[in-house]
Amino acid sequence: MKIVVDFDKCKSNAVCMAVAPDIFEVRDDNFLYVLQEEPGEERRGDVEEAIRTCPTGAISVEG
Amino acid sequence: MAPPNLDHVVVVGGSLAGLRALEALRHDGYRGQLTLIGAESHEPYDRPPLSKDFLAGAADAASLALRKQGYDDLDVTLALGAPAHSLDVDARTVGVGDDTLRFDGMVIATGAHPRPLPDQPDLAGVHTLRTVEDSDALSERLEAGARMCVIGAGFIGAEVAATARGRGRDVTVLEALPQPMVRGVGPVIGAVLASLHRDHGVDLRVGVGVESITGGAHVERVQLADGTAVECEAVLVAIGAVPTTDWLEGSGLALDNGVVCDAALRAAPGIVAAGDLCRWPNAAFDDEVMRIEHWTNATEQGTHAARSLLAGGDAEPFVAVPFVWSDQYDVKIQSVGRFSGDDRMEIVHGSPDDYKFTAIFERNGRVSGALGFNMARRVIQYRRMIAERATFDAALAFAAANP
Repeated sequence: MKIVVDFDKCKSNAVCMAVAPDIFEVRDDNFLYVLQEEPGEERRGDVEEAIRTCPTGAISVEG
Repeated sequence: MAPPNLDHVVVVGGSLAGLRALEALRHDGYRGQLTLIGAESHEPYDRPPLSKDFLAGAADAASLALRKQGYDDLDVTLALGAPAHSLDVDARTVGVGDDTLRFDGMVIATGAHPRPLPDQPDLAGVHTLRTVEDSDALSERLEAGARMCVIGAGFIGAEVAATARGRGRDVTVLEALPQPMVRGVGPVIGAVLASLHRDHGVDLRVGVGVESITGGAHVERVQLADGTAVECEAVLVAIGAVPTTDWLEGSGLALDNGVVCDAALRAAPGIVAAGDLCRWPNAAFDDEVMRIEHWTNATEQGTHAARSLLAGGDAEPFVAVPFVWSDQYDVKIQSVGRFSGDDRMEIVHGSPDDYKFTAIFERNGRVSGALGFNMARRVIQYRRMIAERATFDAALAFAAANP
């Protein structure tokens, strides 16, 4: 599973960071940083929740 | 109790909560018949841009679609363009137009609609905002150069005011209370919201009541209780929303400013509710019964309600820390948790002077909420502390250690 963020859509609401702070981090510069681009399969539930709750639909996965 | 044996689930309400329920039902293995009843003729679409990018002309209608990959993989019958008008809980039937559908599981997600002013006239140029058509109509007025009068300085009124200013229009905002959103955020942050709009050229008038909206064929002015008037070509009435539950009157479901649900979002056996109309006890806040009219709640509740339906008697409680965002001018406002303007509030990061700060709120010794301007990272960090029921002192200590 590879995380893909559409940075044209991302508005740094940081909801993904609430779900999985070890994968998604919005820093003080208000940009999103993906800390783990290919998290383990055991994190799929959290990643799916981040995708579902992203207000701008900016997150998706490949694989 | 064993999970129910479901053959036909009907989701009533074709917006975000209903869509998330459909997706969760299929994701979690429901293979029976699935029907979505939606009052609007559109497939589910995203509403937050209707007061922001879409109203600004920076996003088109196609970009609003919530499910760009389509609906084939959900194997759902989309019954769009007519609202459900009746429900018989005992007979397990729902009425739509001339049809009566039988179901054995239901998700109620018909949302809310704008609250009108008492005696609101049916005049051209007087608008409310809920649907894509509402936003299109308002956009046409702005395109034509209308002077805009917004009644109500809540999030929708404030966002439309900001967008209209961005399009170069004259904007007056009328607020009955002494500050915008003062009941929700208190006088200090209310004053920050007021200065944000005044800085951007909005004529914000607070503590004023609306007497009447008048005009000939078209709206011409808003008459105020203090004897003054606002001349305008467009009015937005943005004084809140009412849960859309009229079709449930007489159904046997408990209605009280929404659909009354248990902790797992169940309104009756085999019937769950989600989104703007759902009232449920939230264990994250001492089982306070709440109803939340925001995007994130709709998406989380839609998913959870579907899972509750599939789990039957083993359903788990929906425990949530509400999250709200609003984009006004170049400021992203975010709020998490549960608080009111009367609660103790401390500004713990940044400064309101440059519209970059975070405030936290205290209730019963705990940190119960946080609100930030342009500080997404901090606000989200407090969301976790609120979920973990951290003390207010612990939140203050975190703030001191992370200046």
